[in-house]
Amino acid sequence: MSLIVIEAGKTERGYWTDLWRYRELFFFLSWRDILVRYKQTVIGVLWAVIRPILTMIALTFVFGKLAGVHSDGLPFAVMVLAGTLPWQFFASSMTEASNSLITNANMLSKIYFPRLIIPASSVIVSFMDFLVSLAIMAVLMAWYRVLPGWQLLTLPLFTLLGLFASVGISLWLAALNVKYRDFRYVLPFVVQFGVFFTPVGFPSEVVRQKYGETASHLFSLNPMVGVINGFRWAIGGRVGVPMDWSSVLISVLVVAVITVSGLRYFRATEETFADII
Amino acid sequence: MNVAIRVENLSKKYVLRHQLAGRSRYVALRDVLTHKAASLFSRKPESSGKREDFWALKDVSFEIKEGDAIGIIGRNGAGKSTLLKLLSRITVPTTGRIEIEGRIASLLEVGTGFHPELTGRENIYLNGAILGMQRAEIKKRFDEIVAFAEVEKFLDTPVKHFSSGMYMRLAFAVAAHLESEILIVDEVLAVGDAAFQKKCLGKMRDVGQSGRTVLFVSHNMEALVRICPRCIYLVKGRMEMMDETRHVIAEYSANFKHAAGEIDLSTLPRRFEGNGNARMLRLRSLQEGENAGSWCYEYGAPLGFAVEFEVHRPIEEPIIGYSFFSTTGMELVSTTTLQERPLDRLAPGRYQLRMIIPDSSLNPGTYMLALGIATLGRSVDHILDATQIEIVPNKLSVQKGIDKIWAPVTPHTVFELIGP
Repeated sequence: MSLIVIEAGKTERGYWTDLWRYRELFFFLSWRDILVRYKQTVIGVLWAVIRPILTMIALTFVFGKLAGVHSDGLPFAVMVLAGTLPWQFFASSMTEASNSLITNANMLSKIYFPRLIIPASSVIVSFMDFLVSLAIMAVLMAWYRVLPGWQLLTLPLFTLLGLFASVGISLWLAALNVKYRDFRYVLPFVVQFGVFFTPVGFPSEVVRQKYGETASHLFSLNPMVGVINGFRWAIGGRVGVPMDWSSVLISVLVVAVITVSGLRYFRATEETFADII
Repeated sequence: MNVAIRVENLSKKYVLRHQLAGRSRYVALRDVLTHKAASLFSRKPESSGKREDFWALKDVSFEIKEGDAIGIIGRNGAGKSTLLKLLSRITVPTTGRIEIEGRIASLLEVGTGFHPELTGRENIYLNGAILGMQRAEIKKRFDEIVAFAEVEKFLDTPVKHFSSGMYMRLAFAVAAHLESEILIVDEVLAVGDAAFQKKCLGKMRDVGQSGRTVLFVSHNMEALVRICPRCIYLVKGRMEMMDETRHVIAEYSANFKHAAGEIDLSTLPRRFEGNGNARMLRLRSLQEGENAGSWCYEYGAPLGFAVEFEVHRPIEEPIIGYSFFSTTGMELVSTTTLQERPLDRLAPGRYQLRMIIPDSSLNPGTYMLALGIATLGRSVDHILDATQIEIVPNKLSVQKGIDKIWAPVTPHTVFELIGP
């Protein structure tokens, strides 16, 4: 039998073992959200496919045709999709996770479990959409006869980086949203704005060519810059897509800072969730 | 025998903010920013409304032995739910220490985490996981759960198509089949029909007798007597006594008669988060005579109470009303100003509404008073358990033979026999 000791101001103990004990709840919640998502929307899984395709078509038209941005090596549509997929994953993670604690308020105030599970499982739902939409990438590459090289093997690493970025930001947003309930009005704006500071419709190279090295590094503070650069390189490295490793390094550092601080903030505020939600 | 739960000097403090209109427990980022900005320019100490400490629980200590079934009683706001929340680790204590030996399962609400879009089968697994069961464990007890809930035919139907009775049965069934050494239950039996409640009570008693430790909060004295040999009595966050159930109930009822009639509504939990345009603050009994100011009324005597509330923003077409609930959660009688005296628009300010019921027809027993303010189909403020009232038998009720009637209400009726 296990002895649980609850003491004022000392709840740290056993948090991570608890998290492990509740891993099934994590799977079940992710499974519930995925199931509900695909049951509720009439077009179900297709939604995960249609959204990035439409975005890709629009961006290809605006940036490729209207603005005449070049696409270093890859067909323009492939280049855009390689930016759209990670960005949409990141953006939908942020939106979903920031509301996750509020939508599950009832559970928070009635049941004990490590609260980390809620935002984490909501990120997983967006991640599933992302994995499904990778199929579009495969089809598009086949269509344009883009054959990836050994660089493709690094794709899971960049995916992981994107996942960590999403989780880290999500922890911050979910916790902040419980405390400051008007935070959710800020977020859609941030997401909308973010797309202009992320190389979704253009290659990151453009920034360096136009504004120089320093601006390019500042640009890389957006953690998705490294992820998207990595994605494009993993897919098109063989056909000459250049790789800016410094941007990846900056992204890794930024993601590490966001994730660690997000975790700390979440852990620090977690025990008050049930009281204020 | 081993100690299953040991609680030492447990206290829980909440900070109440008395602010302007539409109070909620969370802060808005906007307010924080404007306060910060304002304090840059003023020397005055920042005052974001009055802050007040509220001790929901204060210096509570007790021990529960393994296999004991303990009831918890107390009036609303006495700290019962807070105690359960602390024991189930939903919230953390401000001071003190709790030691729990064994796996704990808490059932503070039936059906937490149920999703209407999922089928009965899916919800059993999901709810089981939420309550801390492993998948293998749920699988093992799946048939038992389904049999208890009597929903075999609807296992693959989304629960949104379930009747509320089926829904409750399924939800309770999952929780009742948890394999834990300690079971914590909060008033969940106050739902469903009479037959189901009986079944739940039976299950609870079985659990209590199977050597598991049970903690049970209820307003239903009869259920407490049947399930729990001993009870804890909480008064305003402090533990008044812990003794044999019948002694505790006797003490509780005795206190009840002398309880001050004024109740602070501002700290009571709200049933739904209303739109905040008004908030009920105080409730006072208008009882006169021997039991003046108490919530204890003689059978047949007029029942009166006054609610004080503050309107923050104008309310168009306000409706204010009350309901009486039985201790098992059934709504018995209800009326509003709309039925008796429609109110005009309420301008901001403090009001008092006196409600007098010349003939309630309520039979002797314990009832819960719910209060609500609404407007144009929207809830403004709503309290389910504002207070408990006790109707005591008197000469009249004995004379009428009311004790031979099982129903809670005996309407005043004119019988006219025609024939033969």
